Amino acid sequence: MDKLVSLTIDGRAVQAPAGTLIIDAAKKAGIVIPVFCYHPKLEPVGMCRMCLVDIGRPAIDRATGQPILNPDGTPKIQFGKLDTACTTPISEGMVVWGATEKVMSARKSMLEFLLTSHPLDCPICDKGGECPLQNQTMKFGPGDSRFIYDEKIHLRKKMPLGDLIMLDRERCIQCARCIRFQDQVVDEPVIGFYQRGRPLEIVSYSEPGFDSIFSGNTTDICPVGALTTTDFRFGARPWEMQPEASICTQCPVGCNINYDVRREARSAGKIVIKRVMPRQNESVNEIWICDKGRFTYHYVESPQRLTSPLVRQNGELKPVPWEEALTAAADKIRTAGSNLVTVAGGRLLNEDLYALKQMNQAIHGSIFHYSRMGGAGWVNRVGMAPGSNLADLGKGDAILVFASDLHEEAPIWWLRVKQAADRGAALIVANARPTRLNKHAAHGIKYRYGEEESALQELLAGESDAAKAFSSSKNAVIFLGSDGMGAAQVEAAAALASELLVKTDHFGKPNNGLVVVWQAANELGASMLGLSPSPTLGEKLGAAMGVYIAGADPVADDPDLNDAIQRAAFVIVQDMFLSETAKLADVVLPVQAVMEREGSLVSGERRVQLVYPAIPALEGTRPDFSITNEIAARLDVKLDLSAPEQIFDRLAQSERAFSGLSYERLAETQPQWPEVGDKDLYFGGTSFKNKEGLGVVPDLSHEMAEPSAGAKFQERAAVQYGEWLAVPVTSVYHQDVYVASAELLKNRIPSEAILMHPADATALGASSGGKLTLKWGIHSYEGSLAVDANLPQGVILVRRDMGIPLQQPTAVRVTPATNQSESDR
Amino acid sequence: MIRGFFTTLKSLFTKPVTIQYPEVKRPVRERYRGRHELKRYDNGLEKCIGCALCAAACPADAIFVEAAANTDEQRYSPGERYASTYEINMLRCIFCGYCEDACPTEAIVLEKDYELSYADRKSAIFTKEMLIVLVPPGGKPRPQKTEPGKFTRSIPEMKNPTD
Repeated sequence: MDKLVSLTIDGRAVQAPAGTLIIDAAKKAGIVIPVFCYHPKLEPVGMCRMCLVDIGRPAIDRATGQPILNPDGTPKIQFGKLDTACTTPISEGMVVWGATEKVMSARKSMLEFLLTSHPLDCPICDKGGECPLQNQTMKFGPGDSRFIYDEKIHLRKKMPLGDLIMLDRERCIQCARCIRFQDQVVDEPVIGFYQRGRPLEIVSYSEPGFDSIFSGNTTDICPVGALTTTDFRFGARPWEMQPEASICTQCPVGCNINYDVRREARSAGKIVIKRVMPRQNESVNEIWICDKGRFTYHYVESPQRLTSPLVRQNGELKPVPWEEALTAAADKIRTAGSNLVTVAGGRLLNEDLYALKQMNQAIHGSIFHYSRMGGAGWVNRVGMAPGSNLADLGKGDAILVFASDLHEEAPIWWLRVKQAADRGAALIVANARPTRLNKHAAHGIKYRYGEEESALQELLAGESDAAKAFSSSKNAVIFLGSDGMGAAQVEAAAALASELLVKTDHFGKPNNGLVVVWQAANELGASMLGLSPSPTLGEKLGAAMGVYIAGADPVADDPDLNDAIQRAAFVIVQDMFLSETAKLADVVLPVQAVMEREGSLVSGERRVQLVYPAIPALEGTRPDFSITNEIAARLDVKLDLSAPEQIFDRLAQSERAFSGLSYERLAETQPQWPEVGDKDLYFGGTSFKNKEGLGVVPDLSHEMAEPSAGAKFQERAAVQYGEWLAVPVTSVYHQDVYVASAELLKNRIPSEAILMHPADATALGASSGGKLTLKWGIHSYEGSLAVDANLPQGVILVRRDMGIPLQQPTAVRVTPATNQSESDR
Repeated sequence: MIRGFFTTLKSLFTKPVTIQYPEVKRPVRERYRGRHELKRYDNGLEKCIGCALCAAACPADAIFVEAAANTDEQRYSPGERYASTYEINMLRCIFCGYCEDACPTEAIVLEKDYELSYADRKSAIFTKEMLIVLVPPGGKPRPQKTEPGKFTRSIPEMKNPTD
């Protein structure tokens, strides 16, 4: 704990740790000093001069070094010119006046200057109503301007900085919050100032414009309406919308968000989501969210959503009433009895998973968690312990990011890991190809695809610098991803990573543990409920009488599972869309989206969090748990699961991993720093204050299994002469229906599914943008090629969810598709 | 009783205070607040920019506005934004005139029409097409195709009211 310093602000005695800035000390004491350029998450620059205050320090006698005293014995305070509260650290005995005549008149003048060329756009500005400039002008500003109206500088309005962000140059007050955010916080300095003085403007350097996955956050911290999102443009006035708390389900980070909803005539009187805003949770996403989370909500309003149950009649899926579909599903399940295989995906909430598990127990079928990842069992034992916060990691701590391009797989984790490295944590990045994180890494470990095991063994051996840095650290966290690995490899890597954590005593305590970078939002929830994936899912599905699939699309993911599912006597699918799996189904049951639901899910850091219904459910859809409940009732199994909270109470009683939890506990909050939202807009931006729950990290499983050498990496895919090793990798934007439904992101989705080194491409006679055919076994798929000189040679990278269902490292035969078609002719 | 008949007789020869509505209509006062009208500029563009400040000011929550973006190809009003939906529920409206005060472009004005009657609730909702005035002579109907860079401002330069 730093030494406490005492000072007086506006006549109030305030104590704060040494080194605190006046502005923060005042804010913590509840005293408002207006700011524009200062932001608690950014380095202070003192550009806007709005925070000018009168600062007095005790006068010191130069001869004696003692404070000069007034005749009444109090120390004499010397005041100078006004100074910025955002760049001045506090000192002992300081006296700060923030509301005197002198200060008020300075603020008034500053606002008058800022407004000289600010357009009178408030009525049409998207920021109007939640605009710090507007609020502070009302509070501190002058009623009139002494400047000549006709001398206002007119700059370009409506200037797109890329597809997502719109710039209005007139509105910019040159505070550089956006530029500093891109530079300091996310290290993607793609925007900057151009020119100086009055014509100074913000420009984007990148191609495509404003090429950053975090660009939306700049609109939150912009203190004026200069940066707004094109998605929300003129969508509604801020006061017209109702914020509804939820959790983003695009990745396992579990960012706390708010859906701002409004009833709209344009949408035929329905309540619709107008925008997605971050909700502060300093342990999860702080006050940021990535653009994927901010702009992908459009899938909920997709016209392709299923609105009626479908039953296969005469070989075709026909819409039928719910009663008929549920009875049909129940009849089929009855015929299968214990030969039913249930597959539950990571989209499902805990309540849905519990319902599926209960029904399965009653009919003695088998249930598997559908996952393209592994290692959940290990996370339950050596995952992040309660009280963990990545923001606490710093000097003396270590973070190992193994086989993960965090920037693509879980952007907010990338951000937090990068910040931990900035604070001095030893970042060890182990990957087969360079990622964005390498720049911030203290130790880089490079291995070849397929040699993950030896890379981990080397860390376990403890000889290398990286291994020493890891083992000697105070706290250590491992992020384990799936870059170039399939489910089996991740499972085996998780075992070794856990062994490493146990060996170096980095488990079971706060800020230590294993984090698997899942591909779906609630995979950990499934494992905490006791569901596990099966390494031989294909065989099990093939041998089953019937298959019941909820929240997963195995047919699109894996051609082998496709074959297995085709062999099943019947298939029942619960999904939002007519997925590839649903197309094969005998009964398709349409479900509600997460924003239409109440429930809970578990983030990758083991945080159990609540989602609240934001919009009314689409007519004709039902929540997953209720469908399961209804089917079970028709099988004379009385599950009696009627409401999410009731289900959660039941599962909290019966499942050890959730014991002691309740919706009330998940909804608890506590004060967080920095203060954001509401009346603190000027300080932290328009991120919402968290009033709906910070979530709870439950205790780790107590039976600490000895790490065994049981899990084995599969034999490296045997690559014959003329074959290539192809490995799956994740890209942040892909063609999955949830991402592809967002019009705005269309240009960001890469069109190439295949990546390779240019030398390899030349050897194959292929060029960037050309098409390649990949063949393995009896399967053959075509995809476009992108070349990247940073990639290792001799390997082909296949992006997940881009049309080529490659799930594990595979030996493939590659031919340029165009050549083939020519030779065919 | 005779006095009573006398009063009746006297009234026969005085000018009646009642008027033969609806054949005859009494002129309303200058500041009368009747049904709203949405005004246009002389060139036919709407004054309304869809800012929804009228809806925010409305104490009866009678106004509903949805905005959309103007382009030079399809321009409804000057500036970047126009009201794609504008509805006033006349059953809710209390004719207080706050909307008129809130309007930054003097687009909404409470005019003299007081003949509002409806057979059902739905017909009490006046849409933008019902509220907007006719295109003035010399103006063009909107959406208009306009030259780029001409209509960049939403808020016109205005003078303080003199009366």
